[in-house]
Amino acid sequence: MAVKHSTALAGSVALLWAVLCIMPFLGSTSIHFGRAFAGVSPDKEIFLYARLPRILLSAIAGGGLAVAGVLFQALVRDALATPFTLGISSGSALGAVMAICFGWSAATSFPVVWVAAFAGASVTVVLVMWLAAVGRRMSSFTLLLSGVTINSICLALILFLHYLANFGQSFAIVRWLVGGIDTVEYSTLAWLAVVIAPAVIYTCLRGRDWNLLSVGEDWAAARGISVSRLILTGYLLGSLITGSVTALTGPIGFVGLIVPHALRTRLGADHRILLPCSFFAGAAFLAICDTIARIVIAPTEVPVGVITALIGGPFFIWLLRSKRKSLWL
Amino acid sequence: MGIRLGGAEILSGVSLDFESAGLTAIVGPNGAGKSTLLSILAGLRDGYTGECQYNGREVSAWKRRAFAREVSFVPQSLQLEFPFTAEQVVFMGRTPFCDGLFESPEDAIEVERAMRITDTLAFRHRDFGTLSGGERQRVVLAGALAQQPRTLLLDEPATFLDLKHQVEIYRLLRDLCREGLRALVVTHDINLAAAFADRVVMLSGGRLIADGSVRSTLTRERIAAVFGLNVELHEGRESRPWIVYGG
Repeated sequence: MAVKHSTALAGSVALLWAVLCIMPFLGSTSIHFGRAFAGVSPDKEIFLYARLPRILLSAIAGGGLAVAGVLFQALVRDALATPFTLGISSGSALGAVMAICFGWSAATSFPVVWVAAFAGASVTVVLVMWLAAVGRRMSSFTLLLSGVTINSICLALILFLHYLANFGQSFAIVRWLVGGIDTVEYSTLAWLAVVIAPAVIYTCLRGRDWNLLSVGEDWAAARGISVSRLILTGYLLGSLITGSVTALTGPIGFVGLIVPHALRTRLGADHRILLPCSFFAGAAFLAICDTIARIVIAPTEVPVGVITALIGGPFFIWLLRSKRKSLWL
Repeated sequence: MGIRLGGAEILSGVSLDFESAGLTAIVGPNGAGKSTLLSILAGLRDGYTGECQYNGREVSAWKRRAFAREVSFVPQSLQLEFPFTAEQVVFMGRTPFCDGLFESPEDAIEVERAMRITDTLAFRHRDFGTLSGGERQRVVLAGALAQQPRTLLLDEPATFLDLKHQVEIYRLLRDLCREGLRALVVTHDINLAAAFADRVVMLSGGRLIADGSVRSTLTRERIAAVFGLNVELHEGRESRPWIVYGG
């Protein structure tokens, strides 16, 4: 078993490493490895300032979303749960849409949309938790109910604001809601990593607790776990990861659904191995998707949210079909 | 040592003590409050009134982890959303003893032992979701035993089991109780209770009807009154009653 764990972990790390090495050299303008490292223009600039930060952002975002996906699925014991299910993605989207509609971002170069998106996610988290806490206890069921409710309200408000928006704002809203990776400053990447890395590592270290919770609340409680506190911790961790990623990229669907699902069919449900592997595989998956998004109709770029859904949708249908074959037929 | 309980919402005025080791069967018709009683004793429901003490301390005042080292609980049935193997499910019973991310070799020995005595080693690496109802029940029991409890609470542990495994589970519980385990079993199988229990608690409509030895609680008149069913009592093994019904 231990061998299997290390093999799976090594495999997913190797996959990510290969992706990170190959993807920067694919793109609408071909660049040469030797010239990029020798510092020859424009290869160096394209490699160092256009492609590498973008690929790193997609890797961090993909890894974070996959880990948050595993976490939310364990919290509500549903393999189909996503950050949307629990309201965070739409709360974040509402924040961004408000910033666009009310013109907060126009006056300054400060990334107001990012801040508004993160603030939207935070407000949603507090609201969902306040709704979900019955007395001092919290259960997966109340969490799910309040998450789904807040999600609907946020989506309705987004539609309303979008309806009132002018043409330019409307364009910006759609661009944001589709989700996409852009080239960012290295300092922004560093900030994202500083937030995400501790949250992901801590989530992985509590793997055994997620195992128990994903079986059942009474099951975990009878084995010495403080369930309410664990659900709260998990929800905050998942929201922190999702909120920070979504602020920079917009809501990108399917990563948190496909990657955990595919890995579970190979590795089983043990979160101690599932979580770290999901991080590396999710990072590789989104980096590949974003590279496809850059080159498929180059020089025009496709939003990566479209690519993940177009690859993810059919893959998911196949997964459901093959599961049915083994379980029910 | 004592557990005392005075009335939950579905239970009223029930007062019981479980001082010594032994196998206690909790019987009664549907809706009698048997499962509620068990989950209160397991510390899983906190909406009860009155008191429920374990080792002289209120169950809700126990640290969960310390309580889990004393008491383990076997639920009525277990459905899993995710593909854990049987062995992983049993390993979860070691949680109150583990500190690191992974279990120690001692944990593995304990899991091996629990799976051997519940006859579950043959499918240890299989996906729990693909096991039959009876196999699942034995795996869950193995998990509860891997927890090395002093008190074991079981809710209908033999429902999905075939005849052989029903008897084997009760024999196993009886043997463990002779070695000092305190087991409380909620069951509908009144004959298994009669054949193996040291003590029978009968509940009906949330009230305590009878509490005592098998012979003193399982009488023809009481079963007729509580279950609304006419039965015949025969002499069984070890001069325990053998209840015949449905005639």
